Amino acid sequence: MSTLDTAGPAAASIASLWWVMLIGATLIFTFVMSLLALTFFRPGIGRGTPVAWWLVGGGLAFPAVVLTPLLIYALWSGERLFPTGDPAVAQVDVVARQWEWTFTYRNATGGAVRSSNTLHIQAGQPVQLNITSTDVIHAFWVPRLAGKIDAIPGHVTVLQLKADTPGVYRGLCAEFCGVAHLEMQFAVEAHEAGAFDAVIGGLPPATPDVNAPRGRP
Amino acid sequence: MTDTTATDPIRLHKQLDRIWSTAPGFGRLSAVNHTIVGRRFIVTAFVFFGIGGILAMLIRAQLATPRSAFLGPEIYNQVFTMHGTAMMFLFAIPLFEGLAMYLLPKMLGARDMAFPRLSAYGYWCYVFGGSMLIIGLVLGLAPDGGWFMYTPLSSRTYTPGINADIWLIGITFVEISALSAAIEIIVTIFKLRAPGMSLDKMPLFAWYMLVTAFMMLFGFPPLIVGSVLLEIERAFDLPFFDPARGGDPLLWQHLFWLFGHPEVYIIFLPAAGVMSTVLPVLARREIIGYIWIVVSIVAMAFLSFGLWVHHMFTVGIPHLALAFFSAASTAVAFPTAVQFFAWIGTLASGRPQLKLPMLFLLGFFFVFAMGGLTGVMLAIVPFNWQVHDTHFVVAHLHYVLVGGFIFPMLAAAYYWLPHFSGRSPRHSLGITAFWLIFVGFNLTFLIMHLTGLLGMPRRIYTYDDAAGWEWLNLVSSIGSFVMAIGFALFTVDIVLQVTMGRRAKRNPWGAKTLEWATAMPPPTYNFASLPSVTSRTPLTESGGKSDNLAIDLARGQGYLGFVRDGRLETLGVEITSGRLEQVVRLPNSTFIPLFTAMITGVFFVSVLLKFYLVAAIGFVVTIAMLLMWTRGWGDRADRGLMSVGLGEEAPPHTEVTGAPSNWAMTLGLFANGTAYASLAFGMLFLWVVAPNWPPPVLLDPSVLASALAVVGLAAAAFAAARSVAPAALARAPQRELWLAVAGAGHGAALAGFVVLMTAVPDPTRHAYLAATFVLLAYVALHAALGVVFAAYGIVRSRAGYVSALRSLDLRIGAQWHRYTAAIGLIALLLIHGLPRVMGS
Repeated sequence: MSTLDTAGPAAASIASLWWVMLIGATLIFTFVMSLLALTFFRPGIGRGTPVAWWLVGGGLAFPAVVLTPLLIYALWSGERLFPTGDPAVAQVDVVARQWEWTFTYRNATGGAVRSSNTLHIQAGQPVQLNITSTDVIHAFWVPRLAGKIDAIPGHVTVLQLKADTPGVYRGLCAEFCGVAHLEMQFAVEAHEAGAFDAVIGGLPPATPDVNAPRGRP
Repeated sequence: MTDTTATDPIRLHKQLDRIWSTAPGFGRLSAVNHTIVGRRFIVTAFVFFGIGGILAMLIRAQLATPRSAFLGPEIYNQVFTMHGTAMMFLFAIPLFEGLAMYLLPKMLGARDMAFPRLSAYGYWCYVFGGSMLIIGLVLGLAPDGGWFMYTPLSSRTYTPGINADIWLIGITFVEISALSAAIEIIVTIFKLRAPGMSLDKMPLFAWYMLVTAFMMLFGFPPLIVGSVLLEIERAFDLPFFDPARGGDPLLWQHLFWLFGHPEVYIIFLPAAGVMSTVLPVLARREIIGYIWIVVSIVAMAFLSFGLWVHHMFTVGIPHLALAFFSAASTAVAFPTAVQFFAWIGTLASGRPQLKLPMLFLLGFFFVFAMGGLTGVMLAIVPFNWQVHDTHFVVAHLHYVLVGGFIFPMLAAAYYWLPHFSGRSPRHSLGITAFWLIFVGFNLTFLIMHLTGLLGMPRRIYTYDDAAGWEWLNLVSSIGSFVMAIGFALFTVDIVLQVTMGRRAKRNPWGAKTLEWATAMPPPTYNFASLPSVTSRTPLTESGGKSDNLAIDLARGQGYLGFVRDGRLETLGVEITSGRLEQVVRLPNSTFIPLFTAMITGVFFVSVLLKFYLVAAIGFVVTIAMLLMWTRGWGDRADRGLMSVGLGEEAPPHTEVTGAPSNWAMTLGLFANGTAYASLAFGMLFLWVVAPNWPPPVLLDPSVLASALAVVGLAAAAFAAARSVAPAALARAPQRELWLAVAGAGHGAALAGFVVLMTAVPDPTRHAYLAATFVLLAYVALHAALGVVFAAYGIVRSRAGYVSALRSLDLRIGAQWHRYTAAIGLIALLLIHGLPRVMGS
């Protein structure tokens, strides 16, 4: 369940963002606390320092120097996490409800199959999830693969997911959704190409009520 | 006139104390004095803090071990919801309101807040509303949907019980005190300062509170509107948040965080104000960068209203908006850093003393710095997607709120306790308490960041041992109990100090702000005479030794060092220059705020229990009682210039344009306008964003009824303006005629609005119909109150309270009439225009 034990490109990118920010934050924190300690252990140390150094240097220049590169880095790495909208990417419709996840897979022939509380994907291939809810707000989260996104009644949210290697990844509802919120867990099973087709082939056909999500994006 | 020029401080004290004091026994319930009400706010807030703390310990007890059977999900959900609710609404906000009420008049050189009865009314609303929530908790009916009450989970379908109603109604009741405090704090800071204290000579604490109060004025109305709409949806099935009928759960999130994000700064700024006040005193030098700090407070306030979406990074909003809100969120780092380095620079160039309050200030630096850094991390969108709604966020928000509020407030408690109690500690347990709180806090929350990164979401009542979270949670729970012991020790220490401390010497810290010029504990009237201020450090002015100014004032050698006609008087100044402007008369203690709050309570409880007839009566009686506050209040003859001592003169507040109550109405209308704008925003938002639009029917509102409303509103606004024109003010029949026209205009508008409302077919069908109905109801209510205020103006005029010079009552009314005309016309524009613009 760890966001740091990553198994997909989105989670990996965010984890490296975290390590960069952790190092930066530790350095800043140490610097500020050292300054603070000095004011007590070397009283009057700043008596000769012009006031502008504190205000312009510490208050304006310092955050500007730290934040500008961070924001650029974050925007650059974040941009690559958005769904590409590439029609070649497989699509799965995800419907959340108290307290169950339903996944509907459309195949090339226009038919659809579904699974409940287990999402099957093909390892190494991205998949686009179109997510909605039929009752309250839930959130779809697979910590080892990607960040979370809310499932909101009346809206469709989109998340792109990829697992690098086959395996089972735990997923859970991250938005408090009532008394059985905790039980609203699911699994993502990433299969090799051949196995994936077999699994999908074995799923029951989708009933009409959980077809494509409707609503405004 | 019993004007005395007594230089005998004892005699002056007796004269003043006789009129300013509150009766003992049951008479205490009639207290309106800011020292007493402020103290009550503070003590009550700490009681709620204790309750919230016990709930926190229940949470940590439950999470200490995996698969704990201590609390089931039903109880646990109530516990965490009430923990957040109590700490935010019943502890943090009332605590700083109380501190502001207690300190501001003393720091500014006034004898009380601008509206003492409003303080008392707000206090009772707070106590009654908070009690509703606690009673709900004891009965096992507490809200259980999380303290931000997301719809549709909080809608009737998914939370059918009374739990959510208790939250919505109880919190709205409490918010009356927040709004009234906001208005009162602004007016007090604007108007009730010692002559000579221009804005740039104000103590920084007053600047912080001024900005905080403005943020409350604009931040709370969206929450109140959201709560009212949700309660209307729950009680009457008008859909605002139900996506099947054109509502949208995201509307709630926008309204909630439009309040909820500024709320964080509303809580932080008063604490930063304490930092900027206490730190320079203990560093034994003036703070550096006064102007920079003022600018950064204002910048923070503006930025904080542009950030709310960063609580919603996972709802699927467009890229560009994400980038904008991400950048804006990190931009808050600038004003924060300016203040942070101003404080460090002050310490570096001063001679800091490691006294007990300083220890807590250092705790602030450590904890808040870390909370600020994780805050920047959370503003980074991709990272936010991972840790949103996990224990990482729980850790972050506690670092910000405990660091940015509780540590400074504990410093404030030790710093001002000698002032409150007149006593100083014999042996302080405070150092031990500090270390227990500090170590316990970091033990609890530092590793909780990791718990979140390891995937533990917030608000789950238990977990299994496969996830690897056991030892982290156990350490957090142990830490939380260490912290709890620290808070218990703090409480014991304060009680010991108040009951058994040594008599404190005056101004024990060597501070330079005016509150230390009062006796300790302060007398009921604060200052026997009011100072004249010429610098930011008034206590150093009088001969360079603080005691001199205090003694001079006690001897009556400042302004108003006498009692006139048995009236409670203080001085009002022009806002920016601090030039003497008016003599403000203040009310004595009275039971009427308590009774009014009780009737207001009848209104809220009846709404909760769905006794709507009783609720309607409660509402009408509440309005009537509020108007009764003015009975016998005012002058029946022009007084003209009055002596204020030191050879100067000023008119009474009833005879100037910038009277405090006139400002209160202006500010109240700002808040009201914000509520109205939130409502209009909601309607537009639904139209643009919500599913299941356009609606099944578009209304074509009656032209006749609309025309009636337009004519009525125009007449009301015009007549109101005429009623305060000099010619009308001079002649009673003329001004009363104009007031009658204004009242009739409102009556016509009311009739028009009611016709339009009844023409809305079944507002439960679609959000469009529901929003139209509520918008019309909103302006109809204002028109109805317009009739009342016009009639009230006539009554006041008849009773002799109005003249060419004494036009205050009518000018306050005129503001209402003009405002109602404006929002009424906007409503008509919306209901006619939107279907044409959006429907095509």
